[in-house]
Amino acid sequence: MKELVIVDSGSANLYSIFKACEMVSLKPEISSNPEVIAAAKAVIFPGVGFFDHAARTIRENRLTDALLKVITDKKPLLGICLGMQLLFTESEESINTADAVKGLGAVAGRVKRFPAGLPVPHVGWNRVMPASGHPLFEGLESGAYFYFTHSYYVQPEKTQVILARTEYAFPFTSAVGDGSLMGVQFHPEKSGPAGLHLLGNFGKIIADNY
Amino acid sequence: MLAKRIIPCLDVRDGRVVKGTRFVNIRDAGDPVERAAFYNREGADEIVFLDITASVEGRRAIIDVVRQTAEVVFIPLTVGGGIDSTSFMQELLESGADKVSLNTAALKNPALIREGAEQFGSQCIVVAIDACRVDQQTGSESRKWEVYSHGGRKATGLDLIDWVKKAEAMSAGEILLTSMDADGTLDGYDNEMLAAVADAVQIPVIASGGAGTLEHMYEALTRGKAHAVLAASILHYGTYSIAEIKEYLSSKGLPVRPVNK
Repeated sequence: MKELVIVDSGSANLYSIFKACEMVSLKPEISSNPEVIAAAKAVIFPGVGFFDHAARTIRENRLTDALLKVITDKKPLLGICLGMQLLFTESEESINTADAVKGLGAVAGRVKRFPAGLPVPHVGWNRVMPASGHPLFEGLESGAYFYFTHSYYVQPEKTQVILARTEYAFPFTSAVGDGSLMGVQFHPEKSGPAGLHLLGNFGKIIADNY
Repeated sequence: MLAKRIIPCLDVRDGRVVKGTRFVNIRDAGDPVERAAFYNREGADEIVFLDITASVEGRRAIIDVVRQTAEVVFIPLTVGGGIDSTSFMQELLESGADKVSLNTAALKNPALIREGAEQFGSQCIVVAIDACRVDQQTGSESRKWEVYSHGGRKATGLDLIDWVKKAEAMSAGEILLTSMDADGTLDGYDNEMLAAVADAVQIPVIASGGAGTLEHMYEALTRGKAHAVLAASILHYGTYSIAEIKEYLSSKGLPVRPVNK
């Protein structure tokens, strides 16, 4: 069984996340193989780009069931950026239609576009305020800066799953967690020392899970 | 609230950095990877590599530079210079770049901005613009700044404001705006131009060209309404450290990401 599999859904800069995991002594492997992903001890699910494209790609590559199995097996899963958004029920980000696009549905809620009038993408360093004492944020000061780049944000139905919030004209959800499932809107692999610390925390969560 | 970003820009030719004099503490100041790592430790919020390699073969070197940098630097990395296809964008992004910066190729073929944004997300696509003030004697009433291509060597006849609006409409994620008038003067950014562009688009604007003092940076981020400042000489020649810049901006009430946190 692989210790940590980084999901290759063809839409992310996997090199940086791979190297960042290595920096914190994790032994990641990149894979697009549903069997490998489903059997992993833990999974990182990164993603950038369009929700619409990515949702279609994971369906076409039979990754949906693999990811859902990781979640139902209660193995640690960390969604990053679009990877986190794809865990949600649906998104407003659609290229060709006005209809919402379905995500994995592992977290009840919707992915919404930032309201008009705000510069988008929300790109740059912003402060992350943990909402609870979740192990993912252990040892990080409240208000630590992380690197964001996105035009859509998640709105969970249940506030209990909100792990952290970030202010961008209004407070939006910048991290979610529900049992072994976690997601962050920012890029830990691009957030300097704070980001590496968070990935190290994810490593501890993996270790504690076994 | 977003922190104001301080972005060192490294000019790279054939895989080597071409500017900088103060780097006594690093082994090889001409090595872009070492220089990027140095600025990363100093608290840079992003790194920009501008590849000024003339030959097509020489451009392959930038791929290795990006890959090696991404192994040790965990902040965003932007690469610009000679990028004229989505396949080259993909190579750079797969090597660890987070954004690509398009300039002349986007002027020749604006659809390239959209193609890149559709394939990789608009957050990956920076449109870099070199602009020059139009002589009010000869220029038309409405046109204040003209866009130049080919590293500022060729006038395009395009109005700056028209071009940034077009770039935004084509799904550019950010604008990197260099004032050719101010560049290299150390007299300050062209804040009037910056503000005009920031008012014309919703996407973030990165100010470039002219920084000589800390006040200049503050002015660009306030009067110029820029989200970030690109700095080259002021950092490479050791006039100020990134920590000094951030302390100053912070003391003036601007949000910055603290160094070493």
